[in-house]
Amino acid sequence: MTPGLSTRELMFEAGSRAYEDAGIDPRKDVQSFICCTEDFWEGISITDEYMPDQLGAVLKPLCTISSDGIVGLATAYMHIMSGIADVAVVESHSKISDVLNPDEISSFALDPIYNHHVNADPRFVAGLEMTRYLKDTGTKRDHCAQVAVKNKKNALLNPRGVHGANLDKRAVLSSKVAASPLTELESSKTIDGSIVFVFASAQKAKKLSNHTVWINGIGWSSDTPWIEDRDMSKAAYAEQSAARAYKMAGVRNPATFFDLAEVDDTYSYKELQSLEALKLAAKGKAGKMVESGAFNRDGRLPVNASGGSLGVGHLLEATGLHRVLEAVLQLRGQAGRLQIPKAKKALVQSWRGIPTATGAVAVLGN
Amino acid sequence: MKVSQKITSYPGHEITPEDIKEGKYLDAVYKFEPKYSWAAGVAISRFLAELKEGKIIARKCMNCKRILVPPRMYCEQCFRPTDEWIQIKDTGTVNTYSISHVGTDARRLKTPILVAVVDLDGATPGMGILHNLGEVEPSKIKVGMKVRAVWKSSSERQGAITDIRYFKPIGDE
Amino acid sequence: MKNRVAIVGAGMTLFRRRMLESPKELSFEATRMALDSAGLELKDIQSVVSGSAPDAFDGVHMKGEYLLDGMGGIGKPNQRVYVGGGTGVFTPIGGWWNVASGMYDTCLCVAEEKMSPLHPHPQYAFWSIFDQILERPLGTTLLWIFSLEMRRYMHKYGIKEEEIASVAVKNKGNAVDHPCAQLGAKITVEDVMNSEPICWPVKRLDVSPPSDGAAAVVLASEKVAKKLTDQPVWLDGVGWTLDSTHWTNRDLAYPEYVEKAAWMAYKMAGIKKPRKEIDIAEVYDPFDYKELHHMEGLQLAGKGEAPQMAVDGVTQRDGDLPVCPSGGLLGVGNPIAAAGMMKICEVFWQLRGEAGKRQVKKDARTGLAQAWGDLMQVGTVAVMRS
Repeated sequence: MTPGLSTRELMFEAGSRAYEDAGIDPRKDVQSFICCTEDFWEGISITDEYMPDQLGAVLKPLCTISSDGIVGLATAYMHIMSGIADVAVVESHSKISDVLNPDEISSFALDPIYNHHVNADPRFVAGLEMTRYLKDTGTKRDHCAQVAVKNKKNALLNPRGVHGANLDKRAVLSSKVAASPLTELESSKTIDGSIVFVFASAQKAKKLSNHTVWINGIGWSSDTPWIEDRDMSKAAYAEQSAARAYKMAGVRNPATFFDLAEVDDTYSYKELQSLEALKLAAKGKAGKMVESGAFNRDGRLPVNASGGSLGVGHLLEATGLHRVLEAVLQLRGQAGRLQIPKAKKALVQSWRGIPTATGAVAVLGN
Repeated sequence: MKVSQKITSYPGHEITPEDIKEGKYLDAVYKFEPKYSWAAGVAISRFLAELKEGKIIARKCMNCKRILVPPRMYCEQCFRPTDEWIQIKDTGTVNTYSISHVGTDARRLKTPILVAVVDLDGATPGMGILHNLGEVEPSKIKVGMKVRAVWKSSSERQGAITDIRYFKPIGDE
Repeated sequence: MKNRVAIVGAGMTLFRRRMLESPKELSFEATRMALDSAGLELKDIQSVVSGSAPDAFDGVHMKGEYLLDGMGGIGKPNQRVYVGGGTGVFTPIGGWWNVASGMYDTCLCVAEEKMSPLHPHPQYAFWSIFDQILERPLGTTLLWIFSLEMRRYMHKYGIKEEEIASVAVKNKGNAVDHPCAQLGAKITVEDVMNSEPICWPVKRLDVSPPSDGAAAVVLASEKVAKKLTDQPVWLDGVGWTLDSTHWTNRDLAYPEYVEKAAWMAYKMAGIKKPRKEIDIAEVYDPFDYKELHHMEGLQLAGKGEAPQMAVDGVTQRDGDLPVCPSGGLLGVGNPIAAAGMMKICEVFWQLRGEAGKRQVKKDARTGLAQAWGDLMQVGTVAVMRS
């Protein structure tokens, strides 16, 4: 939590560090700035009014993409590929400490006529989906709890691991019920933070840096906004996004292609559902694989070695960029005690959170 | 191959408040109250603390030499942290003004609100803040008019922009 | 430029103070019309860009998600772009980068706004665009910032209210010929001068109304566009710029952000002398003085010279530089995001000779649409060619 700093001061700090790391001056070298924000998380209508100054973007092209950070990344990609920018900056943040009634705001995203009247913790949407997912795929409650155990344990070695903990399945399953069958320890907690990325075209990147990470594939997609219409056994948005990203990156066998994956784990079951949608596990099998340790940091395919959202914290729209940050550190060999040896190919995936069915996928390489 | 069509009709059904009052359409209202407690941050927290003392504080950027109000910890032109606190005056010049007859919710006000951008003395020229004007006939307000802040008493001040009641003209008109 | 992008279809709904249709339905109507005019089905669309301004109006958080089925976005890549009032022209710019980058061949761009749900009055949402700590406690309304700017603009260049009022007369008059218009009417300068002062110098007839409405266009890459139509309208230049948050630190008399956005678009389109090369301009006019203010930012008039052009009739439909032949926001209506898109649709129809009674006299080949937004911060510009 960051009560001492205003949102803008937080962003200035993140921006300064990113520009220093990239060796650029935002006043001269950047042609496009992209912010991923949602008004109601800020308490301001038209949030982009308050973005340019602290990013060095005054009187420059800056826009807001009201979506997850990885969609912002996709926008930067398109800006560079269309030739309108050589260097683009993407920012997203969470200042949840400013928000006094976040549950009410989450509920405000529900359909005003058909769903909003449900006067309950908005996580009921996740509870509904989890129930259906477990039934349709045969995944066990235990498997979900294991995700929380794994990620929170991973986070203990992460300097950013605010919610790291050494727990066992029993502790997770017996924690307070958030929205049955989901328990509190299986539900990530929101924290403050600001993340800034600098992107460049291939030519520019070669001049600027010697630890570049490449975006080889990107995809983003939305399933229906109607909760009632969804097939909750799968994360369709993740499947669709992954298909596009894999095609772009030429990934034919996702299950064996990657050295690490940072995927959505807003809720414990989401990691399993996402892994299946990303084809890193066959349908209904992700649970057993987590149980067997296949996705541990020292397993066959480390998933959320950083600790994910369960271990570090949820960052609202910046969650996707958090996934990317952890993957980028790995691919640069700068992940410290979390480092996965010889990490060359990473998969990152995000979800916008309830009640949406929107998410994005990126394939990164060094 | 031409595919353009000469469009002849445009969709949409208009409804009026009278329609709703007459019950032609179902009308449901629900209240939504998002609550926030915004962290003012380092710069504005100091600004507000100084307002409580009846003073206006600004920040200086040593690079471009501008004195910035409202104060900020980073200079947006140079993109670097600003360097020092500087107290500036509570007098200024009216950069522009307006006479508002409607309130926030578009309802008509009995007494119009006088609002202006006041460029403060001591800050870089053109550095203004938004505030109200008072103790002045609306028809006598002019761009370029010199004004001074009228403060609340020290026991009434809370560390808010409203610690200044309004700005009023200095001296004779 | 890598890939040339064309607009191949457009559609819009009526703009009215209060519509029966839900936000999703408004989006659907505009989308369906745009697809029909392009001769396409939803399956032909590869990506969707949506634009809608403050969530506070429709009354749904993460509005983009709520609207996406009405915009045909299920199962597709969706982006919601948002730059305040500039969104309407920025939405097709978002579509532009989807296609110009080579990612997609077709993109649907939809802008929707339903302001009427907000009680007691849509104006209230604008209170929350101001700084929470330094400005809102003063009881701010959006009208303040416009009237402050209008006052400054008039003061700096010695412009009279009557000169500004002529713009309202022109636009509302133009809107009589627009089938979707909310406030098309034949009024006089005297009517404007006599209308009640809302936030002096702004009077009732100087302002555009809050509205509900939606508009949409379909974009396609060059090779697809050429197969679909022999009258594509090329989106040859796009530009956008955001100025500093601290609007009270700037001289409001001149919109520098519009100038920068304009040059970005002009450079891309290869335009060096805008006043000569632009045939028709849909300039953002939420207030009558804004049309003049923006014309100067767009380099279509020298500083302080736009009012004379208006008074001389240069900006009439039969003039040398028709401005807002549609009737603009003043006449057609102002559903924030959809209004800018309406301007894009207008230029599209004008450049194809399809604007019916609104068709400008001169042979228009190059057109411009511009939108503004935020706290006097955003300029978004699109240059189109037939």
